Amino acid sequence: MSPRPIASLPVTRRDFLRVSAIAGGGLLLSSYLDPLGAAGSLSHRAADGPTLNAFIRITPDGIITIVAKNPEIGQGVKTMLPMLIAEELDADWTKVRIEQGDLDPKSYQGQVAGGSTATPSNWLPMRRVGAAGRAMIVAAAAATWGVPAAECETERGVVHHRASGRSATYGELATKAATMEAPDVATVALKDPRQFRIIGQGVRGVDTHAIITGVPMYGIDVSVPGMLYATFVKCPVFGGKVASANVDAIAAQPGVRKAFVVEGGAALGGLLSGVAIVADSWWQARSARNKLKVTWDEGETADQGSAQFAAQAAALASQPPHKTLRADGDVAGALAGAAKRVNAAYFYPFIAHASLEPQNCTAHLHPDGLMEIWAPSQAPAGGRALVAQTLGLRENDIAIHITRSGGGFGRRLANDYMVEAAWIAKVVGAPVKLLWTREDDIQHDFYRPAGFHNFSAGLDAAGRVVAWRNHFVTFGDEKNVAAGAGIGATEFPQHFVPNFTLDVSIIPLGVPTGYLRAPGSNGIAFATQSFIDELAVAAGKDPLQFRLDLLAAAPVEAAGSGAPPYDAARARGVLELVREKSGWGKSSLPRGTGMGVAFHFSHRGYFAEVVKASVSHEGKVKVEQVWVAGDIGSEIINPLNAENQVQGSVQDGLAQALGQEITIEKGRAVQSNFDDFPLLRFADSVPVEVHFLKSAVPPTGLGEPALPPAPPALCNAIFAATGKRVRSLPLSNQDLRWS
Amino acid sequence: MKVTLKVNGQPRTVDVPGDMPLLWTLRDTLGLKGTKFGCGLSQCGACTVHIGGAAMRSCMTPIASCQGADVTTIEGLSADGTHALQRAWEELDVPQCGYCQAGQIMSAASLLAKNPHPTDAEIDDAMNENLCRCATYLRIRKAIHRAAELRGQQATQAGAPKRLQEHAP
Repeated sequence: MSPRPIASLPVTRRDFLRVSAIAGGGLLLSSYLDPLGAAGSLSHRAADGPTLNAFIRITPDGIITIVAKNPEIGQGVKTMLPMLIAEELDADWTKVRIEQGDLDPKSYQGQVAGGSTATPSNWLPMRRVGAAGRAMIVAAAAATWGVPAAECETERGVVHHRASGRSATYGELATKAATMEAPDVATVALKDPRQFRIIGQGVRGVDTHAIITGVPMYGIDVSVPGMLYATFVKCPVFGGKVASANVDAIAAQPGVRKAFVVEGGAALGGLLSGVAIVADSWWQARSARNKLKVTWDEGETADQGSAQFAAQAAALASQPPHKTLRADGDVAGALAGAAKRVNAAYFYPFIAHASLEPQNCTAHLHPDGLMEIWAPSQAPAGGRALVAQTLGLRENDIAIHITRSGGGFGRRLANDYMVEAAWIAKVVGAPVKLLWTREDDIQHDFYRPAGFHNFSAGLDAAGRVVAWRNHFVTFGDEKNVAAGAGIGATEFPQHFVPNFTLDVSIIPLGVPTGYLRAPGSNGIAFATQSFIDELAVAAGKDPLQFRLDLLAAAPVEAAGSGAPPYDAARARGVLELVREKSGWGKSSLPRGTGMGVAFHFSHRGYFAEVVKASVSHEGKVKVEQVWVAGDIGSEIINPLNAENQVQGSVQDGLAQALGQEITIEKGRAVQSNFDDFPLLRFADSVPVEVHFLKSAVPPTGLGEPALPPAPPALCNAIFAATGKRVRSLPLSNQDLRWS
Repeated sequence: MKVTLKVNGQPRTVDVPGDMPLLWTLRDTLGLKGTKFGCGLSQCGACTVHIGGAAMRSCMTPIASCQGADVTTIEGLSADGTHALQRAWEELDVPQCGYCQAGQIMSAASLLAKNPHPTDAEIDDAMNENLCRCATYLRIRKAIHRAAELRGQQATQAGAPKRLQEHAP
């Protein structure tokens, strides 16, 4: 998962299509990267029977089964990707059934939920698969009727030959179609978007009915005959090791089958040291855990803490940076010559993902050597590699069933729970379901890294930004910044300010970090868009107009340097749209109520947001309304889900800003459950009005880019309401009282 | 210990540790996995079921306290997913990840049983203990209003005295 947008998508490797007949009639259409390597796919060895490893199956009864290849974590991809296939297949959506694909990269290529990549990576490939299927059905009809294929048309699962008045359903043609040659996917004809019948329609989630009736679908719901249940206790200090543990006493607890020490390794993303307790029921394993006594070797990071990080960051901020990522023009000279200078230091804390389904995984090492895994993972291929490496297995001997995930938000890009389950299952020699407690989840996350931004900017006499320096203090080691702790050299407003410097200094870290929804951006946008607000105030300009003016500045360099093509017109477009929709500047608000604006470009999407918030005299913040304008390209593939995603992303960002923080003390996380790591609750939910601007570029993803502007728009609204500038999150730590 | 209770209308007897929460009895002993584990501390509401018609957090309800209890889970809310709330949830396509939604629906069902036409404020109040990490609250609120409307229509169509029927236990 790349936290930064990339300039252009890589050219997809050449796909091959394979068509096969089904015994008893019908058609299977598969896509293979490498036809020779496709044989012997492991999914056929799965204990619960063969799984469809083809994209499309059409049976004579007219039922079309489409495989959803990517992990579904709530982003709607299990509905969206099949919509792309069904559209070009010209299927009747009511006759379409969706199956979740197992991990099978040879058939499906990428199977990752991350980086809002599913839409841009699959927009053409999935449509081409559908179009190929349609072409074969049409060819079958043409051959059957002895007419040119060009004279046949399709409509919702039926082929018509108008001239002769003949029609046949896809089901009737499927067996014949299986004998047709598969077309070249690279050149197969696609629909004109004006002919879309499914793309652009509000399509309900394919699992919605199952969800609201309690059908088991999530990782935690997996049940295998003979399955045992495990809990795994790790050192509260990240990476600490078990020195000794009373495993014999634990093994004697009711229901406990086995209790043992796992030695583990040094990498925080892999299998760590801990104590596994395996019992007949999870409650018995969990109960035995209360009696567990472990002496830990806490290791070298047991003295780390948030307070020390803050002191280190403050010291580093006044020293020369460890490195300079970007230097355009002459910042020192421009600052010296500026009519006004503004300096400010911003901070955001570590935060946890807290997906509602705690981490879990079920694993079974079969007697024939097959490791079978059921996992709510966002990156199952990464999990397979980790399990293979850690347990000394061949990847070909590991089959992974992708379950629905009760939220992901980037947490399940890591596969620590998967390697733990696999290890425990191997030791126990039976199927094992590992389930973490909520406390395990909050205290052993891969946290959104904290960040410290030290800004200096200069304005000329006309209020234009002529100099911008950011000394970003982040975490990592000599070689690399920590996961999710990086910043792009071309981060906004690079490109729009003539004298621009981005410096970085790094604090060593013993805390696991990772990618939280809109990684990088979810903190950087808060700092940058809040500081831009300060500059607008210093310049005496309207904050929204100030941003438009900044985006109108002549670009510093032409695109094509490998940098993302920041499209200032699209950024201005969403700002102008949100200005109109929010009634920005049109009403005068009483003191204590204010509107704030922010915008951000990430994951290929442009979003501008206006927050209206009030602050009581006692300093209590209430968000009253949010307006969103987004531009993710030419199509909103599923508007029903798109609105839901944006409303969720915005409120996710607001929840982070309002009260979320993981504090590190003595090398461990202080918070442990929802009582001290608050999620947004019903009474705090906010009306979020969502508008899209359509640009003539292929559509891109929506799981992430609506989040980053929400925290700064809220903080800028608080400034408008109270005159108090928020430079540190969360808001629950700030004194916002006013009189 | 042996505990006999009614689950979704069926008498069930389980033999489990008395301190085992109802949640784990439902999920791991009785195989009813629609009720979810989120926090284990009555903080998130994912485990909400009805006990004697009232919404309760099953993660902190010891099975020993359920002797003779009448428990309803999401699987038993309706025979075929056609409870007004389920229809409204589906119509508005409420879920994102969906993990909290069984608990949300069970809390909402308890609310509607007591208050057939709740206001926004009453919904916020009754639903405030149910967390949705995806923040689908706006649609949940809409769906509860919609379900209230659907139930009203059902009652009218059936020709039953509306108020009486909706207030019936």
